[in-house]
Amino acid sequence: MAATSNNSPALLDIAEVSKSFGSVEVLRSVSLKVAKGEVVAVIGPSGSGKTTLLRCVNFLESYDSGSIRIDSKEVGFRPGPARDSGARQRRSERDLAAMRAETGMVFQSFNLFPHLTAAGNIMLGLTKVRGKSNAEARSIAEHWLGRVGLAHKADSLPAELSGGQQQRVGIARAVAMEPKILLLDEITSALDPELVGEVLAVVRSLAEEGMTMVMVTHEMAFARDASSRIVFMADGGVSAVGPPKEVLAAETTNERLRTFLARFRASHF
Amino acid sequence: MGYTLNFNLIWRHFDKLWGGLLLSLELAVISIAIGIIIGLVLAVWYVSAGRVVRGIIASYVEFIRNVPLILLVYLVFYGLPTVIDLAYSAQTSFVATLAVYSGAYLVEVFRSGLEAVPRGQLDAGKAIGLTPWQRLVHVRLPTMMRITLPALSNTFISLFKDTSVASVISVPELTYGAQWINFNTFRIVEVYLVVTAMYLVTGYALLFALRLVERWYRTAR
Repeated sequence: MAATSNNSPALLDIAEVSKSFGSVEVLRSVSLKVAKGEVVAVIGPSGSGKTTLLRCVNFLESYDSGSIRIDSKEVGFRPGPARDSGARQRRSERDLAAMRAETGMVFQSFNLFPHLTAAGNIMLGLTKVRGKSNAEARSIAEHWLGRVGLAHKADSLPAELSGGQQQRVGIARAVAMEPKILLLDEITSALDPELVGEVLAVVRSLAEEGMTMVMVTHEMAFARDASSRIVFMADGGVSAVGPPKEVLAAETTNERLRTFLARFRASHF
Repeated sequence: MGYTLNFNLIWRHFDKLWGGLLLSLELAVISIAIGIIIGLVLAVWYVSAGRVVRGIIASYVEFIRNVPLILLVYLVFYGLPTVIDLAYSAQTSFVATLAVYSGAYLVEVFRSGLEAVPRGQLDAGKAIGLTPWQRLVHVRLPTMMRITLPALSNTFISLFKDTSVASVISVPELTYGAQWINFNTFRIVEVYLVVTAMYLVTGYALLFALRLVERWYRTAR
């Protein structure tokens, strides 16, 4: 399994990123490197900044300082002109759109486009962003729907699908764009328990194929089994990071982490 | 109470009513079509604009909504030509007035629809790399249409009925036709009964058609 090695540049390089909403500091100098093929699970209590961090990676949220690079390219900003002493500038919307196409995102609440069929949801980005023909996009959409076990639902509208099916379409929509990295934001939190398994199975198969993923999750067992590293966030900062066995070890000396895990075990077993 | 209903005179002049109804529909369709363009453009502009533009658009909406239509019709037909050197027919004048009037109501309908599009869908549009314009065309407007169609139908029906105001500047639409028959035959009860029925039936037919469109839109794929 790939680990961050110092000689190959990280695919995703988050360096000292900070962000505040008003007077609330939601991210405090967060740093994290993710190598190609790695699966990183981000856990932590609600309000710890997990989702905000993920949304900064594809610039759905801006950040105040630090940098986030994918393939060495800064995501949301570009260097400003020298006369402004090179102060960074927000990228143009067109640039941002192009950058975002390189990352895939799957949302807690699915966020499928309600007026488009399952196939239509997948085809929109392929035709409008990737410039593929309708026929080409359709066959890619069908391929991915097959992969997530929904080949027979290609022409169903989101409203006609169960939550688990909608989320699988959401995953297919993201991966069909062939992103360099896939961001999963609590993708099973809105699902009925019996539907969680089918979604996690899809994620697991993507992981096995070497898809680079960062996933915010509350599924501890899944994080333990499917990820190469776990990041524990608390109060907007990275509190612990390491292989699942280490981070989830009951005898951890990290007070915050121990409390979190204890509370978690108490509520889930 | 010796009044006996006699519809014969109404039927004799029915062409006035039938022609009036067609003209009413024509006035409504043209005004609403222009109103939709005004409404869409201003609503899209509003939701992405700064405070100054928002203020200007909101003032337009508030002004129109707080002034009776009949007053606007008088102002544009009798008032405006005395200020600016422009000649136009009563019909043109009314279409322009109703277009501006319906635009104000439609801005509100479209704006609330645009603002009701779930943020998550816009995020999803961003996440797959759509540009702002693509998000507007392929995500925001289609979703807005689904949300606003019921409210839109009601506004359309209301605007269709508003065409009756054109009678005050002698545009020969349905209500004007009714007045003409009344003045010439004095069968006031009969003529207004018939005209009421005509508005009612047309209104229902419009509503039915619009509901079909709504259903088609919800299930189209």
